Amino acid sequence: MKASAFSYARATSVANALELLVAYGDKAKVLSGGQSLMPAMNLRLISPELIVDIGEITELRGIAVRGDILSIGALTRHVDLLRSPEIAAHAPLLTEAAAHVAHPAIRNRGTLGGSLAHADPASELPASVVALNATIVVSGQTGERRIAAGEFFTGIYETALSAQELLIAVEVPVAQKNSAHFFHEFARRHGDYAIAGLAAQAIVQAGLFTELRAAFFAVGDRPILAKAATKLINIRITPAVLAEASATLGEELDPQEDQQASAAMRRHLAKILLARCASALLGPPAAGGPV
Amino acid sequence: MTVASANPDRLTVLDRPNSYIGKVVPRPNLERLMQGRGLYVSDMELPRMAHVVFLRSPHAHAKIIGIDAVEARRMPNVIAVVTGRELATVITPWVGVLSHLKGLKSAPQHAIAIDRVCWQGEAVAAVVATSRAVAEDAAESVRVEYQELDAVTDMRAALDPETPVIHPSLGDNLAFERNLDAGAVDAAFAESDEVAEADFIFGRHTGVTLEPRAVVADWNIAEQRLTVYQGTQAPHMVQNIAALHLGLADSQVRVVCKDVGGSFGIKVHIYADEMATYALSKLLRRPVKFVADRVESFNTDIHARDHRCKGRIGVKRDGTITAFEIDDLTGIGPYSMYPRTSAIEANQVVNLVGGPYRTKNYRARARVVFQNKNLMCQYRAVGHPIACSVTEGLVDLVASKIGMDPVEIRRRNLIADDAYPCASPSGLRFEQLSHHAAMSKLMTMMGYDALRAEQTALRKKNIHHGIGIASFIEVTNPSAAFYGVGGARISSQDGVAVRLDATGSVICQTSITEQGQGSESLTAQIVGSVLGVSMERVRVILGDTDNTPYGGGTWASRGAGIGGEAALQAAKILRKNVLDIAATILQSSPAELDIVNNAVVTASDGSPRIELRELARIVYFRPDTLPPGIQAELMATRHFVPREYPFAFTNGVQASWIEVDTDTGFVKLLKHWVVEDCGTIINPQLVDEQIRGGVVQGLGAALFEKCIYDERGQLTNANMADYLVPMSGEMPDIDVGHVVSPTTESELGAKGAGEAGTAGAAAAVANAVNDALKPFGAIITEIPLTPQVILTALGRI
Ligand SMILES: Cc1cc2nc3c(=O)[nH]c(=O)nc-3n(C[C@H](O)[C@H](O)[C@H](O)COP(=O)(O)OP(=O)(O)OC[C@H]3O[C@@H](n4cnc5c(N)ncnc54)[C@H](O)[C@@H]3O)c2cc1C
Repeated sequence: MKASAFSYARATSVANALELLVAYGDKAKVLSGGQSLMPAMNLRLISPELIVDIGEITELRGIAVRGDILSIGALTRHVDLLRSPEIAAHAPLLTEAAAHVAHPAIRNRGTLGGSLAHADPASELPASVVALNATIVVSGQTGERRIAAGEFFTGIYETALSAQELLIAVEVPVAQKNSAHFFHEFARRHGDYAIAGLAAQAIVQAGLFTELRAAFFAVGDRPILAKAATKLINIRITPAVLAEASATLGEELDPQEDQQASAAMRRHLAKILLARCASALLGPPAAGGPV
Repeated sequence: MTVASANPDRLTVLDRPNSYIGKVVPRPNLERLMQGRGLYVSDMELPRMAHVVFLRSPHAHAKIIGIDAVEARRMPNVIAVVTGRELATVITPWVGVLSHLKGLKSAPQHAIAIDRVCWQGEAVAAVVATSRAVAEDAAESVRVEYQELDAVTDMRAALDPETPVIHPSLGDNLAFERNLDAGAVDAAFAESDEVAEADFIFGRHTGVTLEPRAVVADWNIAEQRLTVYQGTQAPHMVQNIAALHLGLADSQVRVVCKDVGGSFGIKVHIYADEMATYALSKLLRRPVKFVADRVESFNTDIHARDHRCKGRIGVKRDGTITAFEIDDLTGIGPYSMYPRTSAIEANQVVNLVGGPYRTKNYRARARVVFQNKNLMCQYRAVGHPIACSVTEGLVDLVASKIGMDPVEIRRRNLIADDAYPCASPSGLRFEQLSHHAAMSKLMTMMGYDALRAEQTALRKKNIHHGIGIASFIEVTNPSAAFYGVGGARISSQDGVAVRLDATGSVICQTSITEQGQGSESLTAQIVGSVLGVSMERVRVILGDTDNTPYGGGTWASRGAGIGGEAALQAAKILRKNVLDIAATILQSSPAELDIVNNAVVTASDGSPRIELRELARIVYFRPDTLPPGIQAELMATRHFVPREYPFAFTNGVQASWIEVDTDTGFVKLLKHWVVEDCGTIINPQLVDEQIRGGVVQGLGAALFEKCIYDERGQLTNANMADYLVPMSGEMPDIDVGHVVSPTTESELGAKGAGEAGTAGAAAAVANAVNDALKPFGAIITEIPLTPQVILTALGRI
């Protein structure tokens, strides 16, 4: 389990990193926290010729609030998400999600940019940024692009990012009045990738959802913003309403089967998550017992 | 049987003023390991040392048509690429059978496959280079042409006539079969008021050691000697086998075992890649290092517990168990492991089922079959978790049929504490067990009645907790009956040499080994206590066939009971020798003297007479001042092997308190209790941590661990992300209590404690889950109890 030989460059700026990426094309790989890249290299699943280490690029660091936007640099580590007061105040969903990512040693190294660029469908942070309706800022030689999180993830380990682009920041609309969030995942052990998870951002008024963005993870090839959530908007949630939303959710999901869970089990767990989300944010359903 | 910590009648040599016995004392090796100054084989560097990487078969079963290593051999810093055929000129193949396991058969296994590979992961070539990374690069360019053969993967089909026979010379895929019929089983079932039966399924899993298997082999052509540095549990066994297959005398092989990063039975076997490493050193005449990486570890470290066992139990309405019957099937891979064989686990299952209970009616069949998967062999608590889960699962099933509480049915059937000595239907002889005392202690520790009340109250809120109980027996301190009688050169005795050096310190060489259990600590505790010397003055040397007495090592929960007794006896002799000399010097008599706190004292009042340091000075440097004719002997050696009982059985009971989320199938472990009886407790903390560690491995089996093979014999989760080891986040608090029934086979009275935790933990959890699911009418007899398994049983998916 040794990586094959590779060259290493420490990029001094975004421009410098982009130059290297353009020069080497597919043979180069960006190194951020290394928590996904290094294991893959050590297992020789990938053997890049050049590693472009972006760890020292100060432009990619920092968490700042500008007006209605919370901007989070790509190099922000999971542990920073967990501890940042700005994030706790303006995007508490991320604080909660980060606590479910791996273990302390990995959270100390792994970065938000790396997690989003890696786009593991079972990851917490991609779903969270989708639920938050965030914008992902990427930089290429021709300039910056802003991509809605909902359009950024295109498949298993696939994103709208090209090999010559760098993810530089994530912009999250700051939490409004009456906003509420829910985060839960089912994983075999603490710190494992989830079998099924839900990151949800909502606006709750007078005991009703007026807005609900429910992003499921580990139940598809990318984070899935459930259309079924619309069935729960502006309506008092009864077991019947919930059952209908659940059925819709079951139809729209097409989960994969793996060693941890069959597709049927993932669908089932997603429904449980939706019910628990509703019950956590609005209280138990109006009539009938808990679900 | 006593619940007190020591029996003064028997523990005279240990029950001394400064005794360390029964005390928590820090391990002497703690500081060294905590400061990162341990020396593991992985750390070792020798001049001219080369690194070997094994190219391994991607197929479960295939013919090797050709190997093209031309390109690899030309790569810079590559020393050699060696095939199985080439290596066979230096090392002979082996067959993993023992004569006392009647009918056990296996085929010759080579260090590196020659014509055919029989499991995914079997080595087909060795690539030797100046570094592991270079060797891995070169391995990628070796081209092997295979012709795939049908793979036998499902153990249930291994014996079907249409299934290919893996080793045609053996005739079929049956490696071993054992049948036992004791008492009057049919009549007992006929007279039973209720009978319960179930198919128990156990996931194949493995013992994941923190440090992988690692070897440095150094053939010194000038000395004509091979030095093997290896993390092994049995250095003398390795010495013998390496010599045998390399055509050397045992005396030409030295095995050195420094620090070992976990073993759990994984490192008590002879692996093909380790044999290949010894042979490569001989062939290439330089030191060669092999350190398994994690993927190799999953593919080649022995697996265990792949069993399917049908079980049946009969009971009278008053709860009396009338009979047990089992039919066990296990698949062991393509070869029986060398030299301990892969029939032992099934054999143990037959031996142990029903073991805690009184019934004499027991019928068993066990069949061991070959398949194209990695080899299975002995891993911590060999056979016990299978036997315990089947027995205890059946007891709960039948208790539920007659509406009896699980504790009550056990109380009515466990062998009475005053019924010893006695024997089990399978012929196991029990010297003294304490099932009832252990159960009573458990009830108090866990507050059984209160928990039952809590469970009932929670059910009303749709919260489903369960209580699971599992009584067990454990095989420890094996005599020659385990391996020696079958012809294996695996010693069941151990030896300890103790000497007082010239400054009054003690050097102690023992043949048991240390892999984290605390062998070093317990040896120093015993020697210090018996001699009257403080532990800091006792230096323990282990793991070197040139420098320790000959012995078995540390496995089968034997280190403390056997090696500890040898230490006690050796220290007793040295003490006598010291007192004889002291009496001469002091013109006193040995009976009037004692050794306390590193000095000879007057026995009656403890007044100091002469420091050991001073006595040693006289003996070593001024023997001229001693009376004529006196020859001091400040070194003593003793060996010990149990002679009366083939095994020192221990017993205990475990309980698990869990919650099942019936919406998701997730199990939460809330609390675990163990009461066990390992006889004399030398270091309570070491014993408790052995129990806890063992429980954790059992909990891993219950909920998480499984080697998942596909139908083509590919291990699909050979990494730490997909193979789930138990981790601290999921582990409950584990309370440990003891009952103490020392064995009278030794003065020390210690039995083993290393495997008790693993023996019963999974059974307790499985029973707890079924207890929690009772309102749903679901019964699960399969582990690991994954959310998928539980949701399926609940009909939710
Ligand atoms: C044991 C273990 C458990 C884990 N468990 C979880 C878990 O439960 N949930 C979870 O979400 N993650 C988990 N992870 C992964 C971890 O969160 C990683 O940190 C994360 O997936 C990648 O972040 P990184 O900064 O380490 O990226 P790296 O490993 O450095 O890079 C990952 C990929 O993204 C690319 N990349 C990185 N940064 C950029 C950028 N700015 N622009 C363009 N491309 C970029 C790299 O080229 C590479 O392809 C686990 C990891 C380990 C080792």
